Amino acid sequence: MSHPGTLVWFARHESRLAWRDWLAMMTAGGRWHTRSVAIICIIVLVALHLLALSMVGRFAGLIEPDRTALVVITGCALLAWSLMLSQALESVTRAFYTRADLDLILSSPVAARKMFAVRMATMALSISAMALLLAAPFINVLAIGGGAHWLAAYGAVAALGAIAAAVALALTVALFRAIGPRRTRLIAQILAAVIGAAFVIGLQVVAIVSADTTPTGAALSRYAVLGTDAVLSLAPAADSLVWWPARAILGEIGVLTVFLATSLAVLLVAILLVARNFADHVIAASSLAQSAPKPTGSARAFRQISPKRMLRRKEWTLLKRDPWLVSQTLMQLLYLLPPALLLWRSFGSGGAAATLIVPVLVMAAGQLAGGLAWLAISGEDAPDLVATAPVKASEIVAAKIEAVLGAIVFAFAPFVLALAFISAWHALTAIVGVLTAAAGATAIQFWFRAQARRSYFRRRQTSSRVATFAEAFSSIAWAATAALAAAGTWLALVPGAFGLIVLTGTRRLSPRGA
Amino acid sequence: MPPALAIRGLVKRFDRPAVDGLDLVVRQGEFYTLLGPNGAGKTTTLRMVAGLLRPDAGTIHIHGIDALADPVAAKRCVAWISDEPMIYDKLTPLEYLEFVAGLWGVEAREAQTRAHELIGWLGLGAQATQRCEGLSKGMRQKVALAGALVHDPSVIILDEPLTGLDAGSARQVKGVLRERVANGGTVIMTTHILEVAERMADRIGVIAAGRLIAQGTLAELRDQAGRGAASLEDTFLALVAEQAAA
Repeated sequence: MSHPGTLVWFARHESRLAWRDWLAMMTAGGRWHTRSVAIICIIVLVALHLLALSMVGRFAGLIEPDRTALVVITGCALLAWSLMLSQALESVTRAFYTRADLDLILSSPVAARKMFAVRMATMALSISAMALLLAAPFINVLAIGGGAHWLAAYGAVAALGAIAAAVALALTVALFRAIGPRRTRLIAQILAAVIGAAFVIGLQVVAIVSADTTPTGAALSRYAVLGTDAVLSLAPAADSLVWWPARAILGEIGVLTVFLATSLAVLLVAILLVARNFADHVIAASSLAQSAPKPTGSARAFRQISPKRMLRRKEWTLLKRDPWLVSQTLMQLLYLLPPALLLWRSFGSGGAAATLIVPVLVMAAGQLAGGLAWLAISGEDAPDLVATAPVKASEIVAAKIEAVLGAIVFAFAPFVLALAFISAWHALTAIVGVLTAAAGATAIQFWFRAQARRSYFRRRQTSSRVATFAEAFSSIAWAATAALAAAGTWLALVPGAFGLIVLTGTRRLSPRGA
Repeated sequence: MPPALAIRGLVKRFDRPAVDGLDLVVRQGEFYTLLGPNGAGKTTTLRMVAGLLRPDAGTIHIHGIDALADPVAAKRCVAWISDEPMIYDKLTPLEYLEFVAGLWGVEAREAQTRAHELIGWLGLGAQATQRCEGLSKGMRQKVALAGALVHDPSVIILDEPLTGLDAGSARQVKGVLRERVANGGTVIMTTHILEVAERMADRIGVIAAGRLIAQGTLAELRDQAGRGAASLEDTFLALVAEQAAA
């Protein structure tokens, strides 16, 4: 039995909360039985292992610890680390700004720094655990096919998680001191999202740019770029510290030990340094809500517009004025940068590149529409006001759908227009695909609508797993349909039919269709 | 002249009956207060009147309009304010009022004049062009009240409108409501602050277990409870205890 106020006592408290949070998330707030969740977890794990087998299985016994392997593994590790850093930044920012139990902790006669130290350690642990969970199938496949030395990668992934947490803590505190609590929240959250996407996008951009430099002129896959002579010639010498994570992953026990110990030490130092002043930062962040807001402009004349138009305008105004939501919803558009680049480089070269771009546009439209539809339909902050207005429910829904589709048209029109200069057929398939994917995602959000605060946007997936998966499958189906249609084959009907089945099935599974 | 609100045999069940065959009539130009213990069915009743919940059985007429058959027409003359102010953080109070006026189809110029009057009347002038996210709960409640009044409803329904308000704001809100009633409007309000009901209401209804167990002026309620000169608190507790024992 630990004494109240000690590190162990706080750790027990935190682990209990974390466990119950996790359980609630996995069981959708208790609606699913634990046994069902366990079965689903096993199925997902098996599926991930099969996926890993298909991706890395054939390389398992072939990887030699040479320069190429070091570069490719370091690239992959950097990709994974950027995602860990993104998640860590998000967690640290949430810890600073979410009130939750902070009032209780700060007003109690215990040393708050102990609680904060435990909380930060838990954060680091959860980041590493998530990374290990995702990496496990790949490590296991490599270990089975290539030897037990690959198991060292578990230690390396844990070390990368610890460093990501330490960097996130340092970065957030540095932002706090440099630009103050008001801007830190927004900048850190945008940084988290951009960092999460940047490396993937960067690799794609390099692959596109390198297309002309390859002997065939074909665009390289994002990982093949890492093995090119150009990249290898820029890589440091084999004994450089840069390769330590890769060498640890490859099973050099000595390197792994030093890497793991160093990363844990870095995390410990970061926690000790930050925990000391954490309370001050939390108080500074909490004072934001009490500070007087700045005027946003002068009063202008009211305009006479219909209720439907008023609703549409309200949706766009709310979105426009919330930079965090803008960054979250429009993050999908970042993934359009590589196709935009490809589009730019393809002017005059015909439809081959255009065929690649169409499904990316359709997929991004589906994802973006899903997010926007959730905001407009479920994330209504004044539901009672809108519901008590003398406007037909169907008109309210129509206005919200129009707001979503309007935003989609605004975001995708430039791409489709540029595509039209290359090929009218591809532009047409893109228009139909974008609108169908957007309509499908919006319909799913409408069927599964559940009132929530807009600030819960990031956690919207937890309200319905069915809606989340249906949205993804629907977007994938319409993207495949558009790709095949753009290529001019009747096979497009197959994924199209699958898309319709997904939507029909989802409608039946929804609370309103059951 | 039809009553402002006429409810007959209203039923709503969740896990158990929340409203159980409720009959209630509120006259035009009346300040009517609904009292009841927690979970008595007050909020559920008012949410059904406002069109936020569909009853399982019964009828609701607002100024003679069947609110279940023609909800849009009924909603035109009703404003609803809950205890949690429902406003948009990223809009300014003036923008919020423009939005509400637009939903109720109020002519823009008229809405603007009324919005500025309300902003001044409720002491929100300094905050008129600030986003609502920085406003205190009392200020947000006032913005919500202004939103309810900007379309000039003939029936205002309020669920615990004074919760969390400071004394000055509470007095201001009470003044606004009294003014509405003086000008022929109808106010229907739930509250746990019995003193407010005692001072402001023309008639008081007491709900328990989803039914109206007593109704009338304070004097009539005292008679029903058999308590001569008792306070409303004593009368209310006696009526609820009597119902629980029955």
